[in-house]
Order: sequence, then C-alpha cells, then structure tokens
Amino acid sequence: MTDAATLLAPPRRRHAGQGARLRAACYGLLGILTLAAVWELYKGLGPVDGLVVGDIRVLPRTSDLAMPHVWDMIARLFEPVTRAEGARVLWLEIVLAAGLTLGIAAAGWVVGVIVGMAFALIMQRWILAESALLPWIVLSQTVPLIAFAPLVKSWGSRIEIGAFEWQDWMSVAVIASYLAFFPVAVGALKGLQSPDRLHLELLHTYSAGWWPTMLHLRLPAAVPYLLPALRLAAANAVVGAVVAEVSTGLQGGIGRLVIQYAGQASGDPAKAWAPIFGAIALGLIAAGSVALLGLLVKDYRRTEGAA
Amino acid sequence: MSNAVTVTGVDKVFDSGAGQVVALTEVALDVAPGEFVSLIGPSGCGKSTLLRLIADLESPTNGTVEVFGTSAHQARLDQRYGIAFQQAGLLPWRTVAANIALPLELSGMPKSDVRARVDELIALVGLGDFGDRFPDQLSGGMQQRVAIARALAKKPQLLLMDEPFGALDEMTREYLQTELLRIAAETGAAVVFVTHSIPEAVYLSDRVVVMSPRPGRIAEVVPMSLGSTGSRADDLREDGSFFEMITAVREALHGGGVAAAPRGVENR
Ligand SMILES: Nc1ncnc2c1ncn2[C@@H]1O[C@H](COP(=O)(O)OP(=O)(O)O)[C@@H](O)[C@H]1O
Ligand SMILES: [Mg+2]
Repeated sequence: MTDAATLLAPPRRRHAGQGARLRAACYGLLGILTLAAVWELYKGLGPVDGLVVGDIRVLPRTSDLAMPHVWDMIARLFEPVTRAEGARVLWLEIVLAAGLTLGIAAAGWVVGVIVGMAFALIMQRWILAESALLPWIVLSQTVPLIAFAPLVKSWGSRIEIGAFEWQDWMSVAVIASYLAFFPVAVGALKGLQSPDRLHLELLHTYSAGWWPTMLHLRLPAAVPYLLPALRLAAANAVVGAVVAEVSTGLQGGIGRLVIQYAGQASGDPAKAWAPIFGAIALGLIAAGSVALLGLLVKDYRRTEGAA
Repeated sequence: MSNAVTVTGVDKVFDSGAGQVVALTEVALDVAPGEFVSLIGPSGCGKSTLLRLIADLESPTNGTVEVFGTSAHQARLDQRYGIAFQQAGLLPWRTVAANIALPLELSGMPKSDVRARVDELIALVGLGDFGDRFPDQLSGGMQQRVAIARALAKKPQLLLMDEPFGALDEMTREYLQTELLRIAAETGAAVVFVTHSIPEAVYLSDRVVVMSPRPGRIAEVVPMSLGSTGSRADDLREDGSFFEMITAVREALHGGGVAAAPRGVENR
C-alpha cells in the first residue's frame, strides 16, 4: 500500500536541529570577532586624523579618544564606575540599568501587543474599519519620537486618579508601546486574513460564527505571521524605551547612561562604549525571548502539504 | 420518509465582473436516503455549483433546494450533511484526532464523548494508530481519509463530496473507492459525489447524473444495474456488466447535445 510506504518514512523535520543551531551560534561569534578585528585593523592602519571630504568627516580619527582599543573597552567593564569609594563595578552598573530598561520595554511590549491585536481584530471584523484605520496606523509611525516623548511625559504628569499617580517610567513605556504596536497590528491583520476559502467554508458548514472561526481558524493561522511581528515589536520596544529615556530624562535606565557616559568620554573614552554594548545586548535578549515563545507554539507553524 | 435531496427547477446565475454566467438551468434532481448519486460532466458544466447549492454555500437564483424535507439553509444550520473537497482541507496545526474532533467540539459535545466518537471514526476509516500524527506527516490518501472521517463526525445522513479522490494516484483512488462504499453502507448515508472519471462514477453509484455545459444542465440520468453499492468489490471492475455501464455513461456524455467530445472527462 502506497500509504504504508510513506508512513514508514520518518516525519520531516521542520525545525533546525541541534547541529544547525550550534552552527548559527558559531557564525554569530565569528561575526563579532570579525567586527573587532576590523575595528583594530582600521585603528592600526587608518589615517590618524581620519578623512575629511569638504566639511564632512567620512572616516573617524583613530586616536584612543575616538576609537578605544577593543581590549580597553572590555577591561573597562571590570573597573569601578568612578574613583569614588565604594563605587560599583561598571558591568554591574550597566546590567542594573539594562534591567530597568528591559522591564519598561517589556511593559511597553505587552501594551503594544494588546493594542496591536485589538486593532487587527477590529480591522478583520469590519472591512470599513480596515480602510478607515490602516492609513492612520501607518501614519502614526512617521511622528518623530524625539518631539513626541516630552509631550507624553507632560500629559502623563497631569494624570492622577485616586491613589494612582502617573510615574515617569510609564511615559517611557507608553512610547515603547507606540513603536511596538505597529508591526503587531499589521502582521496580525495579515495573519487573520490568511485562511483560505476552503477552510472558511468548512467552518461555515459547521455553522460556526465569527468568534469560533476566530478562535479555531484565524488565530491559529495567524501564528506564523505573528511571530516575526512580535520579534520586531520587541526590538522596537527596546529602541523606543532607550530613546524615550533620553528624551524624557528618566534616571536609572540604559538610555540615561549612554548620555551621561558620553559626556565623560574625554576623560574616560572606553567607558562611553559600555552602555552601548548594554543596549545592543538588550535588543538581542528581547528578540531572543520572543524566539523562545515561538518554540511553545511550534505546532502552529506546520504547513498543510502532504508528506 | 422524505428524500435526502430534492432539487426543483433550479437556475443559478453568477454575476461576475465580465457579465452574467449561467451556471445551471432547469435542474431537477431527487436523491433517496442511502442512495449513491454521482455527478459527471465536462469542466464548467456546474457540478460543483450544484453541490454547493445543496450545501447552502450558494443560493439558487430560481427554484428550491431541500435537504431531508427542510430548506438547504436550515439543513446546514442543523448540520444534516458532511462535506469533503478535492483538497482534504485539514487544519495543519491539529493532529488527525483533533481535526476529526473539530466539528464535534464546535457543537459543544462533552470532551469524553468527543474522544469516544473520534476513536470510532478513526477505526471506521482505517486510520488505526495515526490519531496523533499531524497532516503534514500523512500521504494525500490518508489525508483524504481523515477528511472523510471528519465529514462523518456528526453522523450525517448525507455526504457531499466534490472530486475527493481527484488528486490521488490510481491505486490509492481505487482502494478508497471501495472503502467509501463500505463506509456509506455502514452508515447508511446518502452520497452526492462529483467526479471527472467515468469508471469511478460507475463503480460507486446507484445512479450517474450526466451533465452538459453552456448552460449547465442535467442531460441524462443513467441507473447502474450492478447490484447494491454496499456489496461491490474490486472484481466488479473486470466484469462485463461494468463495461456495459461505462459505455452507457459515455454515450450519454457524448450524446448530450454537445457536438464535440466533452473536454475534461476521463474516458479510461
Ligand atoms: N463564484 C462564481 N462566480 C462566477 N462564476 C462562477 C462562480 N462559480 C462558478 N462559476 C462559473 O459557473 C460555471 C460552473 O462552474 P462549476 O460548478 O465550478 O463547474 P464544474 O465543477 O462542473 O467544473 C463555470 O462557468 C464557472 O466559471
Ligand atoms: Mg468543480
């Protein structure tokens, strides 16, 4: 029987095996090492004063002030933040600041995902809502954040309901969510509209209404569209949180440290790079956590094709 | 007892962008309970449209469609029929068992009853140990069996099938034809079965409805005098009476007022 023959074959693997994952990690490491090598190579061989064309500097100076050695930047992480007595070691200071920013970004991500999903559901439910809302949603992303952040902060500071008082970190979270909701709304809408006519008609023959169809067909079908959207939303939330920290002047987060240490760069050039590494690590952690989420729902990423 | 299907004076006209398409004119058809009726004819003669009218996935422009004595609409709401298409249409994220369970879950059946019914259905279509597999781990033939099990989940007394074996290889197809006859006999369900293949129609049916295009209509209804469908087996395919019936259907197809040989019909 032809059926039996195909069944004896092992099910096809759709997800990267252990080997592939290890290889990906190696390539990632290799990329970082290459970057460090290029940095040092330019620092060693590049023109001391950089290259200026007209009034524009197209290549940076290679001085220790502009481009500290990679090993200096790393070594600096293990020295105290300041010379003051009892000062924390720099990497710990960065981790604590990054932790705060990550928490705010996570709150923004959650709000953004909820709002984005709500928009997607509304636009799927009513065609009219799609044509009315979608252009505004796209337009919303063209508002410059830097201008927008202080406004949110000043609106927020006027909110006081009973015991609830608006905190400054909430303004930052709101701005993070403003960047995070967009990919979710667009990705989820596309996913909710992805089921084919065959499946929709099948549910129709079971006289399933809008909500059961949503639950059993549209939402599961949207998962493969949703995962990259959620990852993008996570990266956006981190960028939004860092930028909003800077422009609202929130203390304690990684955004604040970027500005603060940049101000001290003339005396301590390697230190200024530490929060930047912290911000990059933050983005990776955020996107990586969402990738883990993807493992939980891997059955929803299967395709229909026959083996 | 009322007919499984009663189609009376049905016209179907589609308004498409380019103008009107007359898909069906003056169609009348009765299907008795437990009867197996095939619809055959060249592409575009309205076979799928007729099936979709019975399923209440389209509504007729004129005339009426009744299923078990009620309107097709009411019959769909009451889920009096099960349906299967050329593509199995399984949900890829659900296992075989969960796919078959879907119509039962949607109607609010208690979990333990669902479990029991699904086990029954898996056994009925011969899927034995494959309840935990996902659709992408099955061959096309096995997927189609799951689709049939799902169509039978709510014990409908009417099965509507649109070229369900059309995408399968000949071996699997003949095997599933015999399986389908067994299942139809066991459940006592009437079947309306759309096909392109004359031997398939002859092998399966009590009556073969021959349709012709432009405009789509029923040209002739050919009764198969081959004994009860439940007792047919593969040796029938080599029997003289089988070839006589094939000839009868072929002549009905060619003499259906169409000068040229109908396209899209398999004569093998
Ligand atoms: N939704 C639709 N809109 C417009 N025309 C349609 C639609 N469905 C079917 N038709 C037309 O109706 C005719 C019959 O189609 P169909 O029932 O699918 O034929 P068959 O299944 O016999 O190949 C064809 O000419 C087809 O183009
Ligand atoms: Mg068709």
